[in-house]
Amino acid sequence: MNSNEVKVNRRKFLITGMTVSGGLVFGLPTWANYQSDTAENKLGFFIEVKPDNTVVIGSNQPEIGQGIRTVLPMMVAEELDLNWSQVEVVQMPLGIVKTADGFTWKYGGQGVGGSTGTSGNWNFMREVGASARQQFISAAAKVWKVDPASCHSNEGHVIGPQKNQKASYASLITVASQIPLATTKPKLKDPANFKILGKPHNAVAVEDLVTGKAKYGIDTYVDGMKIAMIKRSPYLDGTVRSYDDSEALKILGVVKTTAIKGPQLGKPYNILASGVAVIADNTWAAMQGVAALKIDWDKGPHHKESTASFKAQLNELLQSKGQVVRDDGDFKAKFAAADKQLTRRYDIPFVSHAPLEPQNCFAHVQGDKVRIIVPTQMPSGASRAAAAETDIDRLDISIEMTRVGGGFGRRLSNDYVSEACIISKATGLPIKLMWSREDDIKHDFYRPAGIHEMNAGLNKQGELIAWQHRLASASKYYRRPNLSETEYWKAELYTDDYPANLIADYQVEYHSAQSGMPRGSWRAPAHTANGFVIQSFIDELAHESQQSPLDFQLKLLGDSREIPYENHGGPTFNPGRLAALLQWVATKIAFKQPRPKGRGVGIATHFTFGGYAAHAIEVSVSPEGDLTIHRVIGAIDCGFAVNPRGVEAQMQGGTIDALSTALNLEITVKDGQVVQSNFHDYPLMKQNQAPEMMEVHVVNHGNEPAGVGEIPLPPVAPALTNAIYAATGIRIRRLPIKDQLQVAMKSQTKA
Amino acid sequence: MITFKINAQEVNFDGDPQTPALWVIRDELKLTGTKFGCGIGQCGACSIHLNGQVIRSCVTPIESVAGQSITTIEGLAEDKQLTPVQQAWIKHDVPQCGYCQSGQIMAATDLLHKNPNPSDADIIQAMSNICRCGTYVRIKKAIHDAAEMMSKGAQS
Repeated sequence: MNSNEVKVNRRKFLITGMTVSGGLVFGLPTWANYQSDTAENKLGFFIEVKPDNTVVIGSNQPEIGQGIRTVLPMMVAEELDLNWSQVEVVQMPLGIVKTADGFTWKYGGQGVGGSTGTSGNWNFMREVGASARQQFISAAAKVWKVDPASCHSNEGHVIGPQKNQKASYASLITVASQIPLATTKPKLKDPANFKILGKPHNAVAVEDLVTGKAKYGIDTYVDGMKIAMIKRSPYLDGTVRSYDDSEALKILGVVKTTAIKGPQLGKPYNILASGVAVIADNTWAAMQGVAALKIDWDKGPHHKESTASFKAQLNELLQSKGQVVRDDGDFKAKFAAADKQLTRRYDIPFVSHAPLEPQNCFAHVQGDKVRIIVPTQMPSGASRAAAAETDIDRLDISIEMTRVGGGFGRRLSNDYVSEACIISKATGLPIKLMWSREDDIKHDFYRPAGIHEMNAGLNKQGELIAWQHRLASASKYYRRPNLSETEYWKAELYTDDYPANLIADYQVEYHSAQSGMPRGSWRAPAHTANGFVIQSFIDELAHESQQSPLDFQLKLLGDSREIPYENHGGPTFNPGRLAALLQWVATKIAFKQPRPKGRGVGIATHFTFGGYAAHAIEVSVSPEGDLTIHRVIGAIDCGFAVNPRGVEAQMQGGTIDALSTALNLEITVKDGQVVQSNFHDYPLMKQNQAPEMMEVHVVNHGNEPAGVGEIPLPPVAPALTNAIYAATGIRIRRLPIKDQLQVAMKSQTKA
Repeated sequence: MITFKINAQEVNFDGDPQTPALWVIRDELKLTGTKFGCGIGQCGACSIHLNGQVIRSCVTPIESVAGQSITTIEGLAEDKQLTPVQQAWIKHDVPQCGYCQSGQIMAATDLLHKNPNPSDADIIQAMSNICRCGTYVRIKKAIHDAAEMMSKGAQS
């Protein structure tokens, strides 16, 4: 430290107006000042300048592979006027502070879900950078005794009015940290002058990822730490009646066991299952210990549930009238009077998230303090979970976030944090809880399964005049506090989804089914089901009325205009932006060009969480039913693409995820137990099933970013099955596709 | 006591000889670049080189590597000079969550040792590692690029 530097209470940036206590919060942070002390060479919470003028930018959001750790610092760097090569990025921990009525964020809202990480921090992060830049300019002006208006910044330096007046941010940091923060929001750059934003960038720390240096939660090794693994009830809501750990304790390295009480029946989950934990010196011993446990299970209330019994329940529900959740005009009358009527049912399976890094959590419950190191999408949820299990004040619970080996919605839940705290509290040991892949596949908050019935009427001109969407499913909204069953539909059906508001006589109906399967959010939640159903049905309607699926849908979507959209991703939706993408992919793949028998093209489009996407897919199907995906053209319009290279990556990866799921993935239940267990029977796509060619087009629209992570998925499955129909005349209405083509081609040959 | 080499260093292990090499590498040697994904040799996140050949360390008992030589992702770059495969991975910005990429790079490196100029079909056949984020498009491009870098390096 230089002798002329003065220790002061530094200024901090603080966000007010948001509470940490209420579930998923995705609002925009508001800007405010906050006085507190902080470390040397820092300007607020997010910015530190090293003596060599390297600027270290804190990233407050969990990095799950979506690229947020690159995008947010880009925003700060742009407004702080840095050269990107002088930037380093550090992961920030969870920050919360106490208020009169609970807690609020210290570093802005933290948590990633709903594709809001980029859009939700767009103003906030730029304001952090712009305010800091203003402080450096004010500091230089003070040192040089000149008017701040006569100074400007350039790539980490302030330039003064006189010749050779140039000072690095590093030389100004001490003075800058004493300059009072402006009480008004800083002026942000004109997007026309962006040097970093909107330009393609590699992911931050890509070097660490190719050399094995990047640290994930599973890479946590703390001195004295033990490894814990749990044998959980294989029966949904089953419980441990008694257990014998004598064989487990004989295994070299096994230290002890402890029983884990399961979640309360019908109540919100803290953890997923009752079981027995084995604590060991190393992972291998823990794995063997778990295998050696002898447990007598109470099979619980769902031991008769199977996939067949669940589907029978859904079909039974669809025999009666359900809860009408949207009712425009008079669907019944218009449908009855239609020139052509079409009714179709589509079947959506449960699927598992299966992030490649299995769930894990380090916890040390030590007296009145807790230390947590965890890969999670929701660090505030981790803090609440730890507090609930330990009764320790949340301010005494530290939540350190690591890089996350995939999220996909699984890590919105923090059940593994609760488990780790229960075990550490019971044993007094610092432990890293490890899940095996089998644990992960068999104990998940699965994407809900359901059966959709679609009814529509066309007039003589082939125009859509009546639309009804009926769904029976087991909603992910259940076992939640203060939520009645009449609200369950809200997680399953987004009533403003296209084609709502474009058809006057429009009805949506829901039937709530019962299941012991735990359910949760799976990347683009209900949009993956509804996008498939709606885009398949529109394709069927076009074919049934001898119209081109492209022309039929372009007509339905119409021109560019904003229409109301009150679900997440609103407040408006522009059908013309979908039409533009659909037209683009269709042209690119030569949709209207005839193909030989056995080869076909399908198209689909969907609006998800504020972003627009469309896909065109070309496939061929052999006489034996073997499918080849020759070409995928994808287009995405997520507003202003902050990092086009990252958007392209999400589009490529999201497309693969959706293809993988549509082709192969399904979780089934037998005797109240999940059937699948690992990648041999839950076969995620490998390179050999990936499309031969994929081309991705990123459309920029306006100056505001929308989300990206989930938007690519919904159009993919229907574009694929629409292509299969074009190639073969076989309509896939049940996911996954699996061997349906082989079976159908065989029966076609017989016929 | 089992003795073997890892990244050119000789090490000893005196635990259960049936312990999969993966857990010796991670828990004992703290080389955490090699990942655990499935434990049944399906996903390839645990891929390492044994005497220069790619293997899946989660299903390889440590006693079977006695007296032999292991290379992990940490030992791939000699003298901190990144290999063409690692350089190509950076150039194409391949990783998303990145968790599988150590294994992908070990598998790709093995492929290029055996076949310096692989076709798409060769890549598809050799690369059976799972990427949950679906980075397959960029992996394929990066392997072709690394092959080109290596052939140029060999010529010069």
